[in-house]
Amino acid sequence: MGIKLEVNGRTIEAGKGETILSALNRHGMHVPTICSMKDLSPSGACRMCVVEVEGHDKLVPACSFPIEESMKILSHSPRVLRARKTNVELLLSNHPDDCLYCERNGSCELQSLSEDLNIRERRIPGKRSPYKIDKSGPAIVRDPAKCILCGRCVRICEEIMSTSAFDFAHRGNELRISTTFEKSLNYSSCTSCGQCLIACPTGALIEHVQFPELEESIHAPDKVVVAQLSPALTISVAEQLGFKPGTDLKGLIIAVLRRYGFDFVFESSFGGDLMIVEQAEVFEERRKEGRDYPLITSSCPAWIHFIEQYYPELLPELSPLKSPHQLTGTLIREWLPGQLDRGKKEIVSVVITSCTAAKTEARRVEMTQDGVPVVDMVLTTRELVRMIKLSGLDLEQLEPELPDAPFYSSGSAGKLTGVAGGEVEATLRSLYHKATGKEISPSKLHRFRIHKSFREMTVMAGKREIRMGSVSGLANAVALLEEIKSGKRKLDLLEVMACPDGCINGGGQAIPVDERVNRTRSKAIYDLDNASSIHSAHGCPSLQRFYHDFLGEPGGKLSRDLLYTVYTKREVML
Amino acid sequence: MQSEKEFLLRLAQLDATELTSEEQGRKDLLKRSTVTRALVMVNSSTSGMVAGAGQSMEAIKQYVADRSLDIELAETGSIGLSSEEPVVSVQLPGRTRIFFRRVSADKVSSILDDLFHQVVPGQGVIGQLRHEGQEAWADVPFLDEIPFFALQKRIVMGACGIIDPFSFGEYVANGGYSAFLKTIRSFTFNEVCELVEESGLRGRSGGGFPTGLKWKAAFKTPSDQKYLVCNAEESDPGAFMDRNLMEGNPFQLLEGISIAAYAIGSNRAYIYIRSEYRDAIRRIDNAIKELRAIGLLGDNILDSGYNLQISLRKGPGAFVCGEETALIASLEGRRGMPSSKPPYPSSSGYLGRPTVVNNVETLSNLPVIVRKGPKWFRGIGSEKCPGTKIFSVSGRVAMAGLVEVPMGCTFDTIVNDILGGAQKGRELKALHVGGPLGCMVPVELMNVPVSYENLKEKGLVMGSGGILVMDDKTCVVNTVRYFMEYVDKQSCGKCIPCREGTRRMAEILGSITRKPEDEEDHTSLERFKGVMQLESLAEVMKDTSLCGLGQNAPNPVMSTLKYFRNEYEEHIFKRKCPSNSCTELRSWFIDVDMCTGCSICAKRCPSEAIIGTARHPYFIVQEKCIGCGICYEVCKFSAVYYK
Amino acid sequence: MENHASRIEDILRRFPQIKRNALIPLLQAMQDEFGYISEEAVASIGSHLSLPTSKVYGLATFYNQFTFSPRGMYHVVLCNGTSCHMGGAGELLNEITKLLEIIDGETTRDGMFSLEVQSCIGACGQSPVMAVNGTYYSGIGVKEVRDIIKQYREDAE
Repeated sequence: MGIKLEVNGRTIEAGKGETILSALNRHGMHVPTICSMKDLSPSGACRMCVVEVEGHDKLVPACSFPIEESMKILSHSPRVLRARKTNVELLLSNHPDDCLYCERNGSCELQSLSEDLNIRERRIPGKRSPYKIDKSGPAIVRDPAKCILCGRCVRICEEIMSTSAFDFAHRGNELRISTTFEKSLNYSSCTSCGQCLIACPTGALIEHVQFPELEESIHAPDKVVVAQLSPALTISVAEQLGFKPGTDLKGLIIAVLRRYGFDFVFESSFGGDLMIVEQAEVFEERRKEGRDYPLITSSCPAWIHFIEQYYPELLPELSPLKSPHQLTGTLIREWLPGQLDRGKKEIVSVVITSCTAAKTEARRVEMTQDGVPVVDMVLTTRELVRMIKLSGLDLEQLEPELPDAPFYSSGSAGKLTGVAGGEVEATLRSLYHKATGKEISPSKLHRFRIHKSFREMTVMAGKREIRMGSVSGLANAVALLEEIKSGKRKLDLLEVMACPDGCINGGGQAIPVDERVNRTRSKAIYDLDNASSIHSAHGCPSLQRFYHDFLGEPGGKLSRDLLYTVYTKREVML
Repeated sequence: MQSEKEFLLRLAQLDATELTSEEQGRKDLLKRSTVTRALVMVNSSTSGMVAGAGQSMEAIKQYVADRSLDIELAETGSIGLSSEEPVVSVQLPGRTRIFFRRVSADKVSSILDDLFHQVVPGQGVIGQLRHEGQEAWADVPFLDEIPFFALQKRIVMGACGIIDPFSFGEYVANGGYSAFLKTIRSFTFNEVCELVEESGLRGRSGGGFPTGLKWKAAFKTPSDQKYLVCNAEESDPGAFMDRNLMEGNPFQLLEGISIAAYAIGSNRAYIYIRSEYRDAIRRIDNAIKELRAIGLLGDNILDSGYNLQISLRKGPGAFVCGEETALIASLEGRRGMPSSKPPYPSSSGYLGRPTVVNNVETLSNLPVIVRKGPKWFRGIGSEKCPGTKIFSVSGRVAMAGLVEVPMGCTFDTIVNDILGGAQKGRELKALHVGGPLGCMVPVELMNVPVSYENLKEKGLVMGSGGILVMDDKTCVVNTVRYFMEYVDKQSCGKCIPCREGTRRMAEILGSITRKPEDEEDHTSLERFKGVMQLESLAEVMKDTSLCGLGQNAPNPVMSTLKYFRNEYEEHIFKRKCPSNSCTELRSWFIDVDMCTGCSICAKRCPSEAIIGTARHPYFIVQEKCIGCGICYEVCKFSAVYYK
Repeated sequence: MENHASRIEDILRRFPQIKRNALIPLLQAMQDEFGYISEEAVASIGSHLSLPTSKVYGLATFYNQFTFSPRGMYHVVLCNGTSCHMGGAGELLNEITKLLEIIDGETTRDGMFSLEVQSCIGACGQSPVMAVNGTYYSGIGVKEVRDIIKQYREDAE
């Protein structure tokens, strides 16, 4: 602090090197932005945050202009407001008049800007750029006609996810966001992580909405419709449904889904527990072999897509297991028909998750049995909220219900997988038990719960040293993998989550209103873990029973047949 | 006998008085003050080649071969008379050099025949150069007597079209590279900055920022590497002065770049030149090679301890890359999108290092400023704007070309006195100065002394110096629409006001200059509202755009609305183009005497506006006519005309 | 096009330094060699410079120099600079469009002609200016354009 400047006639203090925008925001003065992104360098492209500064004859972008001593700023003068309003009117003049039919109706930033700036007439008529919708991929739908060219998706895909599936192409009013040679998205290097959907201010990027297809099956007498809920999902919908942020609504969601028409509602965290136990077996085998590189987790479908494309040489280090929801899905398809005396094809298996990459994953050839996908449909958190609203049920009047046996988790280990670092923490509990026969006190690992994109910790399990690491955000993963490949960093177990902060920030989540949302969600998961009485996956009675009744031994023949899969090198077509 | 290389280096460093008589003789030959055999110089730069200089050169070679003559055929640049190309000059031993205009291939024989018989050809003579000791041609004006040359002050452009741009020797013999050698031998980096600041040189690309100050900012920023970039991305339509300087006198530019690089403490310079300027690239490439061979580029130049490397980078083509931050982005291998300033390139530019971007004309001024001193430079032009400016003038003017005048000269002098004013039978209406980002200057303001400040006072800009001359038969609104459509295509698209604003403004201007298919939707009121919107959009664009392109794109519209509002009103309310050049606002009629009733026009009319019965004269319904002119094109009997 | 790949390799070898600022010169070399930028060129440049192909494509589409479909046997360049526009470039363009049935950036179906409209070649004293495969024609009108195109057609046959 220490630099004094004048804003709208009042003196405020700001720090050296601060931008006008950050100084204004800190003092409660809100200036609209479109292209500005937290933690990334300012672009100054959209010109929405322009302000008047004495001594400059043109308006100045607050996001990139540094403050100076005795600066005199007007942030909401008539000249500034007119500029902002004209900017938005210009955007609207090239935008489809489709609000009522748009997926983002009610959550669109262009709508809010138009509202805030009191735009009440179609002042600027003109031709609209003609573009076609790209519905090629199973997960993400692109509608360039609604794109306002803010560039957030490009920056996230490039700077946070190191993928660059698309970039700006052409120039001037031909400017558009495009994949290479304008091919469809499934042709490009896109991993379906969905971070672009979260970043997009309008309806230009949305997920492939599939729940209307459920209509046919959900009330058909010859179909058994089952759902599995992911751990990150249940603590992420509170705000959308009128509850306090962070409240775990699992019980109420289960109640709604049963009334909606689902015959069974399971939990993906069962698959999470399962994966942890099987992963511990794999870890042991590798330890006996003596490997230079860590065991890398395989629970994140977008990460799998990425490693197959860009790090095929590290595939031998990858855990051979499917992701938790695919594990649960496989067992549903294997075990449930026998129990109900129905055919395998009569089960309609639905995963409800915060992940968009799971939609693409469900279409992988490796995730089919006899040509039929193990999981029929993947729905996102946003789709679930729509379904709940469609059902007309008032959640406050329902009683929470329990998930169906046997695919539920009575412990908290599987739930931890929803947050970055959680899978490793939970796996370590089982590794410790394998090494020493005792349970580690969970609080000993709480040091691992720092809010950083890369965390590491060395734990002594008896005489064994286990170096654990967790990285989220694919660009961070790339940096770390290069260190590992060059030998600069040594780890025994590494968790990679494509989405920064893990599944709680998945591509399918509700569009965050502010940056504190992720912290609320991770805290909610940690709270669930702290409050639980069963902290380990191997100690989970629900899982132990299933091994006893059906699967046999962890790492046994049935596990290998059903739960293991093959990951192979994938060529990027362009 | 010294080697060529040693001789040239000696020549660059010594005064004339210190030369031996043998050396003086060699120098005279290099300078072509005398020639031992006939010299024919052809302007083989782009302006010449486009007019057919290539064929002329072939014709000359053929002529010489047929007669087994021993002459020297050399290439040169343009003297600036672009509409009179191809220009060919001939210097016989003992005689002055004489210049000819429009020497197409078929004229070569007769001109050379006459000259080799010591006879002045009857037609096409421009003038002769003054050479001491050489016999002048009778009844031929000296170049410095002709208004075109007499009223100019060609301190930068003087050698273009006179010297051979491929000959380093000729450049040195004319005083070249003495400035650079003086710089690295006698001045510190800072002293050069001070010298240039004292001279008052300002950036010639349009901004008019004091060059010395820009250099100082870069010089003062500590860094392990600094860069000097020459902005030769001259995509401004109608501007070709930089091209001419590069094709006509590339060594001068390179000397200027060397001086500038030294001043900011840089040993790495780039020339960013648009790839379409193939000929300029060829000449500069050659010049760089020669400089390397002689040791004036490279490590430890002439034992001074100073290293310098100059590289060419071909710009892949984008008008916006003339903006310095966009240019730097392009050099870095990125899309040429400008970025916000601050940070300025002089503190963080190419690869994050201090970078100075200077225009070709600015850099070409440096050798003469260092050679003759800042005080001399200050004696030319005006107090706030010393020096000269090169203007490229084209359009409806008697002679199109390049003109270098002292700052403070008026447009009146440039267009009327130097270039002959309007074309025959027409009257000047306005000048559009500065290209698509420039302003329309009405005839009444043509006597404003040209300087950055004077023009700004009147709400006008100089731009890079392109002047488009408009007469009573050119439509102001149509020209402005052309410029807006150009900017629309060239906008990088990064910021909202420019990307969307230019598109909408182009559409509004289009609606004014065209007839819509359905008159009902486009009443005068709608068009008038469109013009109101032009003004408000223009103000927001000026205020809010990220870079100079968007900020200046509204200039043509704003200046024409100020000075030519009546033309807009005629287009909007009377649906007429006063100069009759908006083809789609023309009123088409059928001459009943010429029309045979063949009905082809009626069949081809896209709006079914022509009616009639076969073998009787047809009739155009004005209300339905959209003015496309197809009927005029298909009529075999010339029965269709417009008013 | 068996040697298409090897010609690409030859060009890549001329740029051993893996740096971002080699991208434009590399693309220019490809454009000069083949007359257009192909998918293979983009993919190979991407892997050579370790750049995502979307960035290579995004950059190539920004600039005028790079085209994505092969040029015709005769490449027609028409200047649409200010002076040439005043001199009637618009009418010349209409005529060429009528004769060849292509617009700016396109190639005729028989591969004989392609059209590029440039915004100012810099020879404003000679407007309007047209070039075919580097041969210039200046100060021409609609009739001359017809004759010129006709001549090239006949030469080809």
